[in-house]
Parts: sequence; C-alpha cells; structure tokens
Amino acid sequence: MRRAVITGMGVLAPGGVGRDAFWKLLAAGQSATRALTVFDPAPFRSQLSAEVDFDPRAAGLTERETRRMDRAAQFAVVCTREALTDSGLDLSRVDPSRVGVSLGSAVGCTTSLEEEYRVLSDEGRQWLVDHTYGVPHLYGYMVPSTLAVEVAWQAGAEGPVHLVSTGCTSGLDAVGTGARLIEENAADIVLAGATEAPLSPITYACFDAIKATSANNDDPEHASRPFDARRDGIVLGEGAAVLVLEEESRARARGARIQAELVGYGQRNNAFHMTGLRPDGREMAEAIRVALREARLDPTAVDHINAHGSGTKQNDRHETAAFKDSLGDHARRVPISSIKSMIGHSLGAIGSIELAACVLALEHQVVPPTANLRVPDPECDLDYVPLEARDHRMDVILSVGSGFGGFQSAVLLAAPGTVRP
Amino acid sequence: MSALAITGMGVVSPTGQSPDQHWSSVMEGRSGIRPIGRFDAASYPVRVAGQVEDYVARGSMPSRFIRETDRFTQMGLSAADAALQDAALDPAELPEYAVAVVTASSSGGTEFGQKEMERLYQHGPSWVSPYQSIAWFYAATSGQISIRHGAKGPAGVLCAEQAGGLDAVALARRLVRDEVKAAVVGGTDASLCPYGLTAQLTSRRLSTVNEPERAYRPFDASASGYVPGEGGAMLIVESVDEARRRGARIHGTVLGHAAGFDPAPWTGRPSALRRTMERALDDAGIGPRDVDVVFADGMAVPADDADEAAAIGQVFGGGGVAVTVPKALTGRLHAGGGGLDLVTALLAMRHGRVPHTAATTDVPGSYDLDLVLDEPRRHPIRHALVLARGHGGFVSAVVLGA
Repeated sequence: MRRAVITGMGVLAPGGVGRDAFWKLLAAGQSATRALTVFDPAPFRSQLSAEVDFDPRAAGLTERETRRMDRAAQFAVVCTREALTDSGLDLSRVDPSRVGVSLGSAVGCTTSLEEEYRVLSDEGRQWLVDHTYGVPHLYGYMVPSTLAVEVAWQAGAEGPVHLVSTGCTSGLDAVGTGARLIEENAADIVLAGATEAPLSPITYACFDAIKATSANNDDPEHASRPFDARRDGIVLGEGAAVLVLEEESRARARGARIQAELVGYGQRNNAFHMTGLRPDGREMAEAIRVALREARLDPTAVDHINAHGSGTKQNDRHETAAFKDSLGDHARRVPISSIKSMIGHSLGAIGSIELAACVLALEHQVVPPTANLRVPDPECDLDYVPLEARDHRMDVILSVGSGFGGFQSAVLLAAPGTVRP
Repeated sequence: MSALAITGMGVVSPTGQSPDQHWSSVMEGRSGIRPIGRFDAASYPVRVAGQVEDYVARGSMPSRFIRETDRFTQMGLSAADAALQDAALDPAELPEYAVAVVTASSSGGTEFGQKEMERLYQHGPSWVSPYQSIAWFYAATSGQISIRHGAKGPAGVLCAEQAGGLDAVALARRLVRDEVKAAVVGGTDASLCPYGLTAQLTSRRLSTVNEPERAYRPFDASASGYVPGEGGAMLIVESVDEARRRGARIHGTVLGHAAGFDPAPWTGRPSALRRTMERALDDAGIGPRDVDVVFADGMAVPADDADEAAAIGQVFGGGGVAVTVPKALTGRLHAGGGGLDLVTALLAMRHGRVPHTAATTDVPGSYDLDLVLDEPRRHPIRHALVLARGHGGFVSAVVLGA
C-alpha cells in the first residue's frame, strides 16, 4: 500500500521567518501577537494581530512576482522554495506529471481583492465599479485557486493541482487530501500546505461583527489565551507552511530524510451551525476516531495533541469534550497545547503551520506550551502544558482543527518508523 | 471497487431550473445568454451573460438560509434539494456520518462581498453584516448543505476554477469508496455583480461581442472569447451496489477521472490536456474507441480552442469522435460548469442524442474536429468524456458510462 511521508518543510509564521526561528519562538513559549500595524485599527473592536515580518525582496521574490502575487501567494511560494530545498529533491529528475499540489486557504486573496475594490469603487462610492482601472491580475485574485497555480509553477507540477478551502480546517484538509493523491497513485510527490494573509479591514469587520476576536487591546502580547478562564476570542494572524509529501518507498530509495509520516486523517461536519459548536464535541471526536482507525492505533498511542485552541470559550469546551470522548481516560494523561497562544489564528493556514510545529516537536521531543494560560478555566480540566515547553517522549502526535461551516478535522503524524515497519 | 452511480441530479442553470427544462433547452438550442439584468452594464465592455433570470430562493427554503447566504450558495442549496429529491435520499434516514458533501467553489459570495465592502467603506465596520464571514467564503455552500440536510460525513471544498466541478466528483468518488454511503457533489457560481464582472474582464478571455447569439462561439473561426454565466448543478453519488440495493434509479456511472496541470506559459512545455484525457480513459479501463462523445471545454479563445482540438485529435484521431460544447448556451459557469456538463452528458446518454454546439457555425478545417453543429445528432452513447480547464492551467477529465 502506498503511503505519504514528509520529506521537506517550509514555514512562515509570526515571530520570525523560517523553520529555526519558528521553533525557537514555540520552544520559548514566546508570544508574537501585537497591536495591529498593517492598517489603522482605530475603527475596529479588535485591534490585535499576529503579523509576519515579511520582506518579499529579502525572501527572494522578484519585483514582477511581488506585483503579480497577493501576499498569501508570496507566502506560499517562499515556503514552497524552502520546502523543496529542505527535501533535497532534484525536480529535474522527476516526471512533472507525477508532481501535484494540494494547497489550503480559507479566504484566498482577500487582501488584494479589497485593495482593488477600494480603488475601483472610489472607496465604496460606486456600485458600478470602474473597470478601466482593473489591474491585470484581478481575476487571479477573485479565484483563490490562483494560490495553487503559483505553487504549481514554482514546483513545475503538472499532476493534480487544487486548492482546498474548508475554512479554518483548510490547512489540515489540504495535507490530508494531498496524502490521498499519493495513496491512490495519482502522484508521487505533492506540495501540500496552506497559506493565509487575511489581515485587512474587511476581515476585521467580519470578526468584529460576530465578536469572535479578542478585544483585549491593552495587552496585545497576552491577548491570545486559549483554555484560560479570561480568554475573550481569537487573535487574527497570518502565515503559511508547505510540506513535501512523498511516496514512502520513493523517498527511501533516494535516501531522503523522512521527517514524519502521515498515518491518519479524518474529517467530519457537525451539520449544526455555520459558526456555532455543540458543547459535546461529538463530530470532532468522530474525526479523531476515524484518523485513529486509519492509523490502526489505540487512543493510548497518542503522545501529544496539538489543539485547535482558538481562544474562544465555545471552542475550548467543545474540543476538551471531544478529546475526552475520543481518547477516554487517556485524554487526562496526554499533554495538549495550543500554539495559537503564540502565533494567533491564521485561519486556513494554521492547520498546516501547526503540522509543521508537530514535525518539529517530534524532532526535538519537546511539547510547545500554551502561552498565556495562567488562570485555568475549570471546565477545561486537561493538561494544556501552560507557559513552559516540556520535554516529552513522543512517537505520535494528533493535530485537530475546527472551523466555520462546521468542519472538524484530525491528522495523525508519527515519527519515522514508529508506527509501521 | 464498485463503480460510482449517479442517482440524483439538480440543476439551476440559465437553460432551466430542472434537468428536464435544461435538456429541452439544449435540444432546441435555446440560449440562456441575455443582456445583463442584475445591474446596469452599459458602461462595461461585456453586456451579456448566462443568467438564471427567474431564480427565486425565497419560499423554497427557510428564510434564515436566505439572509445568511450569497446567491451562489442559494443556487447550490436549491440544486442540492432537487438532487436529493430526485435520488429519493434523505441523509437524516441514514447512519449519522453516512453522507458527504463536496462542492467546487470558484469565487465565493462575490455579490454579497461587494455589498458588505461598500457598507464598510461608506459607513464603517459596524455596518458590516454578521453573515459576511460565512456568506463570502468559499466553503459557504458545503457548510449550508451539510446543515440543511444533516449531512455529517466529510465535507470538502475544492477550488480549481472551471475544472473544480469535475475534481469535486473525483473527491466524492474517493469518499464513497472509503467511508460514506452517498455524497452530495457539484458546484455553483454567481458572480454577475459589477465587481465580479470587472474581475472577470481582466482575464482577457471574455467576449466583447454583445449580441447574445453570437457572443460565445467555441471552436468557431470567429471565436471571440467566452461569456460568463451563473448557476450550476448538484449530483447525488453512491456505489452502484448501494444504489441497486435500495432500488434507486441510476442515471449513469462515473468510471474514470484524472487531473493534470498545464505548465507555466513561459516554459514552452505542452499542455496537460492529452495526458489527462488518456489517464482518465485508463482509469475507466476503456480505450478511445469506446467513447462516443467528448464534452469539450470550449474556451472560445482561438489559441485555447486550437490546443484543445489538437489534444482531442491526438487521443481520438482527427475527427475521430463527436465533440460538443453545450455550455455555449449558458456561458461558463466556473465552479458550476463541471456539474452541469455531467448532467448534460447523462441526459445525452439516456436519450441517445449528442447535443449540438448551437452558436458555432464555422469550424476551421485545421482543427480537424467533428463538432456537432446545427442540430442534435442521434447516436447511442456508451461512454462520454467530459473535459474542463480552469484559469491558470487546471485540467480535469471524467469518463461516464451507462
């Protein structure tokens, strides 16, 4: 049976560019959230963000690429380059039709769409927007699939290419779906990951309108507080991560460094409410069970959970219930953490960024902490690894996500050779 | 592996709001392309589009769904309702996680988004609708269908512009094979608002011919680009075994699929069209001679048409297979196009008629293409190949059988 392994990784997250800076931040339990700087936050309820300090030119993009690409595409392309280099793949020796792309994003090129809208509508004054000022790449911004196009061009992929857009679980679903392409022999190599650059006024207005974001504007560094009794919502972030998924025997034959194996993936929908969650976590629990079944693992095999931990009360209780339901007593023993406490919630990208964090946690045998967790919510009574990273022996990590639209996803990663011969 | 049966079809298209209405429009060559009616398009170079003019969501579903959704999602909900009814399938009567929902999305809730951005910039953040986040994003339709029908299986959303609708069917096929009893699958798009049209104009593939009957003419010597449209289709798919067990009517089966991607334009490498068609045939376990009709993508941009005609010739031999582009009657529906082409192909198989490409009259000899013109062609159809290309290089192909 064909299986997907991870042989390369590129990551761009708040708090430092690249894989090493990312891990340093997580291991130190340091928060990268801060006051929003990319536009004037004054009219908005939430004025917080987790921004990536990103200079496209320093990151190796040409002037032409920078002008063509939305910020989310720029992130994805830079991560793709880093991931390919990390994998040691020589793409000139690979059949391009066996290379695929499965990229995730929840809101696509929203930032560019909004910027162009402002110009074409004269700041909202004209419903009949002025088409004569439309930039050449505007249609590319309207269709989010453009993000996958840019990654495919970067990798020279001519196999199956698509964008997965299941809201805030996109980053898990894109990797899960990418692994399926390898398993069913549609591709040997898949660039799988997700990107999001949603820090624009319309995004803030959206989340303000439903009060899902934190308004703890006086204390930006401690605003993202998953599982803490005082938490008051999401801190919006941005970033990307791209993994090189490779068919296992192919990776072994070329002597690639296998960083982790994808051993299980499950996804379910709560069919309940577009933004609401039932407190019992029933469907997330089922997604976890599906992933465990695929991996043929008992709940006790899970050594660490990377939680969704978005910092809303309903989420934290929902997934705490889901862990208890799916893992039973083991839920009380397994260390759980939310790195959104440090890098915010980058919507569709976060699932892939968190998988990158899981790969690094396996490598270092260290569980990153849940930063800012000082006053535990009595209804969230599991081990959320508050404040400080913890040395911990790990073979298998579970990462979960939950999103608008009712999506509940679970991915299981294993250290190479630990789950299967 | 049991083949995948299609047991339900729902259509919201410029050519009609049921498979029957759509089919009679296709047979009669009755176009849904008309002057744009949703806003004053006089100042735009494109003034015609394929529109579902008498579409009314209100009354057919609870009003809260209307308030929370863009037109593209309303159309998706209507088509999903009809498809489930056609299949006589109620997810609520099946085991809890037995039904999946997979939609293609090409540009999300464009009109809803434009209205809310107008409020934001004209009045401020507090004027933005609490439903903007869930109406605008690409996952809106999958989420709402899941809620409306209690479908708690996996829910997928794929974006590959016009190719996405076929890719969605491939994902649904995998889910039915691996973990669910049935899937609701398809797509819709409705971007005929001023900002949506303006964005589409920048693709430089839109026709600026503003006579509805001459605007979109795939494979014609005077092809001038495509016309945008709105709408789409939803299907119910399940394993043939399951469909037979419950005595469902099988409209046809999905036998094969493949997806590929065109190399970047500056590489000079050949398109993925030929290989993708060949791989879809391989996946179906049939050869080119087993195929009786190709539903082509038909961009109506001369360079794209020439590419596609050449690839079809390479796979099937010059003039070796009947080719048709019924989407000439609807315009390109983006995420909705793949599903609607599958519906048309299933009906063509049922009736033994290959639809004609109504707007096209003069196919260049160099294309060496047996494009069905003037009127439908009576011909038994054993297998149909449906082809789609998405902006940026996406290619997808599905093989259908009886």
